Amino acid sequence: MTKRFFKSKIVHNFSHDPSALAGSFILLVFILAAILAPWIAPQNPYDLTKVSLDAFLKPPIWMEEGQLPFILGTDDQGRCIFSTILYGCRTSLIVGFGVVLVAGTFGIIMGVLAGYYGGIIDSVTMRMADIFFSFSTTLMAFLMLGLFKQRGVMVVIIAICIADWVRYARTMRGSVLEVKEEAYIMAAKATGARDSRLILKHLMPNALPPIFVIMAVDLAVVIMLEATLSFLGVGVPMTEPSLGMMISIGKDYVYAGMWWLVVFPGAALVLLVVGINIFADWLREELNPKIEKER
Amino acid sequence: MVTYITRRLMQGIVVLLAVSFICFIIFRYAGDPVHTLAGRYATFQEQEMVRKAFGLDKPFYIQYTRFLANAAQGNFGKSFVTRVPAFNLILERLPASIELATSAIIISFIVGVGLGVLVSLQPYAMRNRLVMAGSLFGISIPTFLIGILLIMVFCVYLGILPPFGRGETRMIGFWRTGFLTWSGITHLILPAFTLGMYQLAVLLRLTRAGMREVLTKEYIKTAWSKGLPPRKVIFKHALRNVLIPVITMTGLQFGELIAFALVTETIFQWPGTGNLLLTSIYESDQPVIVTYIMLAALIILSLNIIVDILYAYLNPKIRYD
Repeated sequence: MTKRFFKSKIVHNFSHDPSALAGSFILLVFILAAILAPWIAPQNPYDLTKVSLDAFLKPPIWMEEGQLPFILGTDDQGRCIFSTILYGCRTSLIVGFGVVLVAGTFGIIMGVLAGYYGGIIDSVTMRMADIFFSFSTTLMAFLMLGLFKQRGVMVVIIAICIADWVRYARTMRGSVLEVKEEAYIMAAKATGARDSRLILKHLMPNALPPIFVIMAVDLAVVIMLEATLSFLGVGVPMTEPSLGMMISIGKDYVYAGMWWLVVFPGAALVLLVVGINIFADWLREELNPKIEKER
Repeated sequence: MVTYITRRLMQGIVVLLAVSFICFIIFRYAGDPVHTLAGRYATFQEQEMVRKAFGLDKPFYIQYTRFLANAAQGNFGKSFVTRVPAFNLILERLPASIELATSAIIISFIVGVGLGVLVSLQPYAMRNRLVMAGSLFGISIPTFLIGILLIMVFCVYLGILPPFGRGETRMIGFWRTGFLTWSGITHLILPAFTLGMYQLAVLLRLTRAGMREVLTKEYIKTAWSKGLPPRKVIFKHALRNVLIPVITMTGLQFGELIAFALVTETIFQWPGTGNLLLTSIYESDQPVIVTYIMLAALIILSLNIIVDILYAYLNPKIRYD
């Protein structure tokens, strides 16, 4: 099984495509940096005993007045920018993967039920999807967080999940409707396979590929969304690190020419999202049979 | 067709009712309105009086029908903070938001679709690969970051454009416009680009993908072999077919536009509805929040219905019965 996977066409194409490799390399670096943050960060920016207000608003070390160990300078509380970015990426990735897993699983289940059984589940799920979609994930998540009184990483994940699962349900339903008509499903049905076996063994493996593209794109979207919500002040609380919050703090200092408070966290965020999007682009072209490859 | 439109309208009304119900729940149970209306230091008797006067002692369904009846007349109560009817507060700021959103849509549509067509003609040329790389950045930079970076470059370092506000405005009837003064237009440039950038990148990518699919079709080959001029083949035969899903997407993404407008307005301190909503959320000003949600729902739903109907007209393959 593993051997078959490593010899498959998709793995071959992946390892021979420079942009796919570059994209996943960027993502991998960020994941490692986030996991290893407590060991590689010069300072834990959210441990008050380690932060000193004396070293506030220091520029990066290659500029005058730069000070070790703050490679990328410090913010208005004397927190090391580089360390805060590492910890902030942690939040970004936790929220990103959390939402993709939870909303994805729930959406896939609802999509399969809606597509396979049709009827009332189908019409209710799809009407809900229409409404959620026209309101857009961003607006829904924002309004929901605006009304919640609690703040925290979990609350952000929940709010985004509530707004986001319909994306998966919709795609999965469409995919299931297509696969359902295939001859091998009919054949499996004719042999008297139970519904559970039919869905898990025959339907799901063939209906899932479009979902992988959605998951990859969604990871990027959710990471940007978390940053946006935290920037607006309805996302993660002040006591948790977040790239969006860093930029929100930094924007007031832009007028004073202190660009490093915005540019470094911004660059980290964009690089992470670009990496994911490059990978998602590759995956989309790879799994789309409509586009013929010419080189 | 008539049955289809009626059915869509009915569905729209059902959705609006659902939204209004949720809004009512928020209004009634997210914080006690008696407390807010009577003031923090009211005695128990005073609180009871307020409860009676505003009908808050009535059963749930009576309160809800009254809320609906008021909402239908645009009456959502007064803002807890400014003591002005919430609806007027939003109406006053609507022109600023609409002007910003329309400018952003126009910019993103013209530039996005135009570039998308250009890029699709030679997808592997170096400069077009660069454009695509640019569009990848366009969808990877969150709106708030674009706004701050633009401010940093054009206001702080170059100092050629104003960083916030709407500049001088003129009143035309009830409509306060910034289009008529030089200062109003210079104030509009950065926010409009900030808001339009994401949409621009999305449209570019959609148009390119659509054009690439369509350009391989038989009827395009036929059009070329007939010896039609490139302009005709590209715009009349290819682009036309690509535009249908592109326009639908634009119409259906309106909710996204509202959300990003909120971010843009906050960064540029644009005196629009999004900015008002954010302030209201910080201050828990429920009437304003509820009015905003209801109004946004109404606009989004109407747009969806219009897009669906247009779609039926544009695409003869679809017949609704």
